[in-house]
Amino acid sequence: MFADYSMAELMSIFAMQGFAGLTLFSVFVLMALGLAIIFGQMGVINMAHGEFMILGAYVTYLTSNIFAEYAQNLFSIYFFVAMILAFVATFLLGALVEWGMIRFLYKRPLDTLLATWGLSLILQQIYRSVFGAREVGVTLPDWLMGSVALTDSIEIPINGLFVMGLTVLISIAVFIMMFRSRWGGQVRAVVQNRTMAGAVGINTEKVDRITFALGCGIAGVAGSAFTMIGSTGPTSGQLYIVDTFLVVVFGGASSLLGTIASAFTISQAQSSMEFFLSGSMAKVLTLLVVVGILMLRPQGLFALKIRR
Amino acid sequence: MFAVSNYQVAYGQSEVIHNLNFSIRPNEIVAIMGRNGMGKTTLMKSLMGIQPSRKGSVKLGDTDLTSMKSYQRVASGMGFVPQGRMIFSTMTVKENIETGLTTVKDKKVPPDLYELFPVLLEMKSRRGGNLSGGQQQQLAIARALASRPKVLLLDEPTEGIQPSIIREMARTLKRIRDEKGLSIIVSEQVLSFALDIADRILVLEKGDIVAEEDRASVNEAKIAAYLSV
Repeated sequence: MFADYSMAELMSIFAMQGFAGLTLFSVFVLMALGLAIIFGQMGVINMAHGEFMILGAYVTYLTSNIFAEYAQNLFSIYFFVAMILAFVATFLLGALVEWGMIRFLYKRPLDTLLATWGLSLILQQIYRSVFGAREVGVTLPDWLMGSVALTDSIEIPINGLFVMGLTVLISIAVFIMMFRSRWGGQVRAVVQNRTMAGAVGINTEKVDRITFALGCGIAGVAGSAFTMIGSTGPTSGQLYIVDTFLVVVFGGASSLLGTIASAFTISQAQSSMEFFLSGSMAKVLTLLVVVGILMLRPQGLFALKIRR
Repeated sequence: MFAVSNYQVAYGQSEVIHNLNFSIRPNEIVAIMGRNGMGKTTLMKSLMGIQPSRKGSVKLGDTDLTSMKSYQRVASGMGFVPQGRMIFSTMTVKENIETGLTTVKDKKVPPDLYELFPVLLEMKSRRGGNLSGGQQQQLAIARALASRPKVLLLDEPTEGIQPSIIREMARTLKRIRDEKGLSIIVSEQVLSFALDIADRILVLEKGDIVAEEDRASVNEAKIAAYLSV
């Protein structure tokens, strides 16, 4: 399959597909970071995570329309406003869902699978009723369009670069919050032993609610970023949820670093194979490799060495 | 100062603690003794708000703790060292102690805790799960002390710990009591340890207090008889 291309062409293809993979990687990381907190840390199987992401995407879409309508001169910065709004909206919805549903299910983690699956169906129908079944896309401001030409045959799209920068910033912020702040310490204590965390004075209900809401909020930001590389429909989240769980499990459920490493591996493998094989063939190969590795290392790529 | 009255705890239909009454004076160390399955751990958990009580009340000074959740009890002045230590194994020693600071203003681990347990300062950045049993026990006590409790509950602190360290722990607990001026309730099966630290010994059998002895006038043989199988 490589025979049709010259060496220089192959290099360019790998570079550009590699970069396309990096953009996919960014969305994976943003989705998976939220899920790593909710599933990896809290143990809640959140099947509605994709729908939270899509909520963020719709909020971005609405914001872009409002800016185009009423504040044309500020259109170039609408994306930053949209991102904040997307975060706030999904954070609030997350807090509501935790309060109304998830908090009753911490002792029955498998039931969260069904409950959040139901929630995802409800949300999809709401999106369909409100925004219609057709996919919508946002108009990017001028400065995000176009691409940087590195050489004659390698071109790097600017929106991809932007999404990557965003991902790096958010990942760093999450790391600092989880591992350097007192709040992060409380979260880790609660997820490790909810009863004992209460008995040392941590308000576990509040920590649970904020943690879940934060995971959803990050998904909302992922949705915001998602609008730059794909169009948004009521069921777009479904396409990503399986991949996202795959990323989190493959990386080692309790390790944020593992999540990032596995998002990188999976997205790169998929996007470079997709160019040469069909999309589904690429997926099959990726899944086979992941299944193989998980059989050898059930705890995922990164696991803490610790007596439990 | 700390008073438990008409206290009942049940798991569903089976009542484990029946109508318990006792109180603790400030600065007093009380040992609650009894064989396995007599309700010691249930009582401890329920005093911490982990296991709900069915009837009766728990009061600390003028504060009624009965309907409070665990974290509110900690804020009101209870500290808990559970059976099996239950430290947060993936977190470092320092982070473990910091979880106990949630209800107080302190941002940093108070230095006096490291003075009490110098080994914890040495192991500051190790993960809690990689400590030995005795070190984990010290960590659990330091974590409970971080919230500056008025009453410290210890559930079977000697379990799985070698005799020389048990004696050292008795000394440390008395030192904590003298320096911090708190009351300690310790549930125990090891009579020598209880005699070593307690001012008063209560014997719990089938959810009732069947004997109460002051340390000064204790009848060792009588308590030993309750503990023998």
